[in-house]
Order: sequence, then C-alpha cells, then structure tokens
Amino acid sequence: MMTMFGDPEVWLPLAFAALMGFSILIYVILDGFDLGVGVLSAFVEPAERDRMIASIGPFWDANETWLVMAIGILLVAFPTAHGAILTALYIPVAVMLIGLILRGVAFEFRAKTTGRAHNAWNAAFFSGSLLSSLSQGWMLGIYVMGLEHTAETMAFAALTAFCLTGGYAFIGACWLILKTEGALQDKAVDWAKGGLRLAVAGLLAISVATPLVSPRLLDKWFSFPEFLFLAPLPIVSAGVAGAIWLILRDPDLATGRLAWTPFAGAAALFALGFMGMAYSFYPYVVPEQITIYDAASAPESLLIIFVGAVIVMPVIMAYTALAYYIFRGKARALSYE
Amino acid sequence: MDDPLLLSRIQFAANISFHILFPTITIALGWMLLFFKLRFNRTGDERWMEAYRFWVKIFALSFGLGVVSGITMSFQFGTNWPGFMETVGNIAGPLLAYEIMTAFFLEAAFLGIMLFGASRVPNWVHTLATFLVAFGTTLSAFWILVLNSWMHTPAGFEMIDGQAHATDWLAIIFNPSMPYRLVHVLLASGLTVAFLLMGVSAFRLLVGDRSGGAGLTLKVGAWLGAMLIPVQIFAGDMHGLNTLEHQPQKVAAMEGNWETRGAVPLVLFALPNEELRQNDFEVAIPYGASLILKHDPQGVVPGLNDFVAEDGTVMHPPVAPVFWSFRVMVGTGFLMLLVSWAVVWTLWRKGGAQALNPWVLRGLVAMTFSGWVATLAGWYTTEIGRQPWVVQGVLATEDAVADVPAPMVAGSLTAYLAVYVFLLTAYITVMFGLARKAAKADRGAFDLPDRRSGRAALAPAE
Repeated sequence: MMTMFGDPEVWLPLAFAALMGFSILIYVILDGFDLGVGVLSAFVEPAERDRMIASIGPFWDANETWLVMAIGILLVAFPTAHGAILTALYIPVAVMLIGLILRGVAFEFRAKTTGRAHNAWNAAFFSGSLLSSLSQGWMLGIYVMGLEHTAETMAFAALTAFCLTGGYAFIGACWLILKTEGALQDKAVDWAKGGLRLAVAGLLAISVATPLVSPRLLDKWFSFPEFLFLAPLPIVSAGVAGAIWLILRDPDLATGRLAWTPFAGAAALFALGFMGMAYSFYPYVVPEQITIYDAASAPESLLIIFVGAVIVMPVIMAYTALAYYIFRGKARALSYE
Repeated sequence: MDDPLLLSRIQFAANISFHILFPTITIALGWMLLFFKLRFNRTGDERWMEAYRFWVKIFALSFGLGVVSGITMSFQFGTNWPGFMETVGNIAGPLLAYEIMTAFFLEAAFLGIMLFGASRVPNWVHTLATFLVAFGTTLSAFWILVLNSWMHTPAGFEMIDGQAHATDWLAIIFNPSMPYRLVHVLLASGLTVAFLLMGVSAFRLLVGDRSGGAGLTLKVGAWLGAMLIPVQIFAGDMHGLNTLEHQPQKVAAMEGNWETRGAVPLVLFALPNEELRQNDFEVAIPYGASLILKHDPQGVVPGLNDFVAEDGTVMHPPVAPVFWSFRVMVGTGFLMLLVSWAVVWTLWRKGGAQALNPWVLRGLVAMTFSGWVATLAGWYTTEIGRQPWVVQGVLATEDAVADVPAPMVAGSLTAYLAVYVFLLTAYITVMFGLARKAAKADRGAFDLPDRRSGRAALAPAE
C-alpha cells in the first residue's frame, strides 16, 4: 500500500502537509468566528451578549479541536519543525494558551455566576478572545517573516496581529448576521462593514509587505509564468470582497434568505488568503530552513496515521455537520434542559 | 532556579497536574450521568433527572477546564521538550494522532448536543450523545495511557540512528504495563467521582436540602466508592508487582529499600537520606515488604544501591518524593475504604442519608477531593519514579529538554501557575455555589432563593 501513490517519502509528507493546512484553515474559519464574536462581545448590552455567546456555545469546543488537530499533525508528522517553530514562538504561544484558557472557561463560569463575578467572567471572555486573536496574528507575522525577530519583522507582526483580529471580528460579525435577528443583527451588519474594510486592508498590507521583506517571495510571486497561475487568487478575492460589500448594503439582508452569504463569503476570503500563503511557503514548513520532506517522521509511522485519518476524517466531518444541523436557525437562549 | 531543565520539568508537572484533575472527574462522571439518565428513562423518578441536571453542570465546568488545560499540553512537547518527539516521535505521534482523531472530536462534537440539545433532539439521541461523550473521554484516557505506559515499559520498536522506529504496533499498544495502568487510572476516576458525589451531596444536605435528590446521589456515591475501593487496592497491588518486574528501581524507592536482600521490612515511616544512602527514623514492620512483593517472608527485594553506576552516577529516581507520594496515595486509599464502608453500613442500618450525623456529613465534605489527592500522589509516584528517564532506558529527561532561556521558562511558568491557582479557586467556589443554589431551590415555591445572598454565595474569590 505504501508505494501505491509512488514514493512514500514524497507523497506522505505532502498528504500530511495538506491535512495540516486543511486543519489550520478550518480552525481559522470556525474558531475565527468564535474569537471574533468574543472580541465584539465587549460592545453590546448584557442581553445581546448572552445571545451572542449562545450562538457559539454549542460549537466552540469542537471548533477549538481543529487547533489541537493542526498542532497535533505538526507534532506527529513534522516533529523537528514542531520543536523549531514552537521554541521560536515561545512567548506568543504562552500568551495565546492563556487567552484560550480564559476564553474557554469563561463560557462555563459566566453562565454559573451573577453580579460582579459574572461581569468579571464577561471581561475574561472578551480579553481571552482578544489575546488569542492578537497572539495568533503575531505568530502569523513572525512565521511569514521566517521566524526572525528584528524591528522590521516585529512591526510587521504587529500589523498582522491587528489585521487578523480585524478579520476574526469580520467573520464573527458575519456569523452573527446569520444567527441573530433584530437590533443585534443590525449591529452585526455595521460591524461586518467595518470588519470587511479592515480585512481587505490587512490582506493588501500583507501582500505588499511580504515581497518587500522577503526577496524569495518577491521572486516566487512575480516571475513568469508563475505569475499567471497566481493571478486568479487576488482577482477572485477582490470579486468576493466586492460581492460581500454589495450584499451587506442590501437593506433586506436581515430578513431575506441571503443572511448566510456574508459568512460564506468571509470563509471564502479566508480560504483564498490561506491558499496564497500555502503557495508562498511550499515546500518549507519552517520558512527557508526545513522542508516538509526533511521534517517528516518515518514513513511507516505516517502511514498508520494516514490510514486512520482516511477512515476517521469523513466520520468527524459527518458528525460535525450533524451538530451544526441540530443547532441550525437563529440562536436561542442556552439551557441545560 | 536558573536551570531550564528543572524549570521545564516543574512547568510540565504543573500543567499536567492541573490538567489531570478534570479528566479524572469527567471520565467517570460521564458514565454516572448516563447512569442517571438511564435510571430516569427506566423509572420516571424525577430525582434521577434532577441529579442529571445538577451534575451535568459540574460535568460541563470540569470538561471546559479539562479541554483548555489539555490544549496547553499539546504545545508543551514542542515548546519545552523537542527532544522527546525527535527521538520517539515515530511511536508517540501515531498514538497522539489517534487520540485526537478518535476521541477529541467525538467528545467535543457530542458535548454540545449533550449540554444544550435536549430540547432539539429526541430523547434517545440525547441519551446516545451522553453515551458518546462518556465513551470519548474513556477512549481518550485509553490512548494517552497507552503512550504513558509505553514510556515506562517500551516495547515493539528498534532504534535506528538514535530514533525509535515501530516494529510491532500491537506490542506497542499492549505494552507490559498498559493493562495494569489503564485499570488503575480508570478505577481512580471512579473513586474520585464517588467521593465528589458524596462530598457535594453532603454539603447540600448540610445547607438544608430536603429534596431527596441530594440524599440519593450521596447514596450512589457511597455505594460506588465502597464497591470500587477494594477492587482498586487489589488492582494497585497487581500494578505494583508489574512495576517490580519492569522498573525495580521505582519499587525500591517506593519501599525505601537501599540494599538488595531477603526478609525486607515494610517501612511505615522514615526520612530517606540519599547522602548517607540510608533511612533516618525508620519505623517498619519486619518481613512486610518481602511478604507483599514476593509473597514470602524471606523473599529477595531489589535495593536502590543496585542502580548506582561504577562511576557513582545515580540511575534511580530521587527517593524521598517517590517514597512519600506512595505513602500519601496508599494512606488516602485506606481512608477511602474506611469512610465509604462506614457510610454504606450506616445507610444500610438507618435507611436514609438524612439520618446521617452532621459530623459525618462534614467529614464527607472534607473528603470531597480526596480522589484528587490520591490520583496526584499516584502520578507523582510513577512519574518521578521513572526518573532520570523520560522513556525508560531509551531517552534521558535531560536529553529531551529545549534550549529555551531559563528566564523565559520562569516567566511562562509563573503565568501558568497564577492562572491555575485562580481557576482552581473559582472552580471549587462555583461548584459549592451551585450546590448551595440547588439546595435553596429545593425548599419549595414559597421560599424562593434570595437573589442577593445567592449572588454573594456564587461570587468566586471575592
């Protein structure tokens, strides 16, 4: 079976890089909207906050599992890269973990407390979401810059930290358009408009800054004929962003049947941006240092995970879809009944 | 405190000690909830549903803390212990991957339905979701204990260029200590939940709960504890004999035995002195250790001095922490035996939990988290007992640690500790707050819970 698709030392690392990329993308979209809702939760009335958190309550745990999946694949398929990346990102990883801890436990604690303690857990929910988003954006920036810490790369990381948080707020707002109604939904439309501007500005900034600081990427993006294959990415992204903008301006969006479209568009934008990143970095898993082929575990160990993944992943997709189906429609107040 | 190795070990120990508290509760509590639900489906007795509704809140809280503290673990390997995956990644990787793919997604996806979906799905789907969450937590425990056991008794691999390569996956999964460790840990989870049920229910009775629900869960906890503890003592003894076979230096440290010899006494109390390589202030029962470990008063028991290399390098674990952790675990276990059997005996004679003496109830409240104490002490015994190895005989702990500057590790460690102390305080405060609220809600419609005092009771750490 190992040689079924050719040399296992070639196709297995590639398959795991694809699976890891897929997990990161799913994580960024799914927990992205959770974290975005968390960041936006600071700007509403208490009743609206309850409704917002109810809209993500049944899903966040499974969404966060995609991060464990992505980091797990990095750990098991590319162990040397896992060590190199995470020791280089030691501090932002610690900050993100503390943010995720605060955000995660606040779901439960805020539901079981009242008064000052309840307010404190709301603050923990917001600041945990914000810390997680910012540190993830920071790590993205440092990673794009080849895991180097200079004044330039850190300024770039600050920019990506801000833009990814904006992007999360954008997809979070789009989720709320889908899952809420009334005044809160109107607010979500306004947030989505602002968030879209930020997300587009962020994508542009990263696209301009990346080739400026990385000669390799300048080369990779603007050499012929690669440029032609790459050109559809920004063109389609611009088209999607334009379409979302038009839909957000539609006064009938809230009541119409198109309330799901901004979220789908936001997810598509994330996917396009991610594909651009993936193209830029292949075949490296640690930028400019370690390729996926150098970092990969032994083929016999990868194969046994691959077989499991082929069987289990469709099942995971199926019951994840089931959970979203069960909690379809507008968010209701959560209760354990 | 400027040694990255020591700091990284403390940080890993802090993270995993905090993490294991919550799976220890959720593994068995998941099955308990399924039991409550099935009893209600069968009998229609409202008290079972009331028990389900109350304990599912504690389950949700514990599960949330378990998830977030578990995520920290998956990053620790890379941030602090890159040498671990570089050497044994080919073995540990697939086991961790199977845990994520078969267990994590399962429990996370069905937790939402279990917690919030009762009004959206048919009752049988909700019962099924409860089952799948309990099954997922247990499956997760299975995979992680396979890996942990393999680190103690590695099997089914060969070393090529300093890296472990799998040769036989069945031998890896069913490595020599796995069955014993798995049973021992699952029983520990059951006992932890038994005393949690008793402690929180006793607290509800003490603050005036007369609903019958608290009495019922106290009784369930007492029976569960009384049934499991003898099994656990037997399983623990079997696990100890297995350790004697595969890691004799750990058993030597547990017993505080320095010289390999026959007729070894059972040391009850001592201060192990590693400098003079002897025990100070020893109190011991003659022939005890030989009898327990070899079932023969003259049986030869290995001693620590066999594990010192010719050049004086110590290849056995630090003695005092292993010696003392072991005694704390065994002591807590026998206290659990005494208490659970006494409570079951009293319930049997007097009929109901309401008849229990308030001092007995207070004692049970004090023992609410005794399962945590025994579990942690047991983990320290076995994990410190494996030192100086991280994978017995394959990889030394000092060869696995990352080259991260000590101040950075100290900084992250301080931050984690602060968060953990805060969360543990909040967790316990909110748990007893929920119990107080449940007790007041059960006083009847004319005595509604006082909003202001309810709020004060629920505020954590004010």
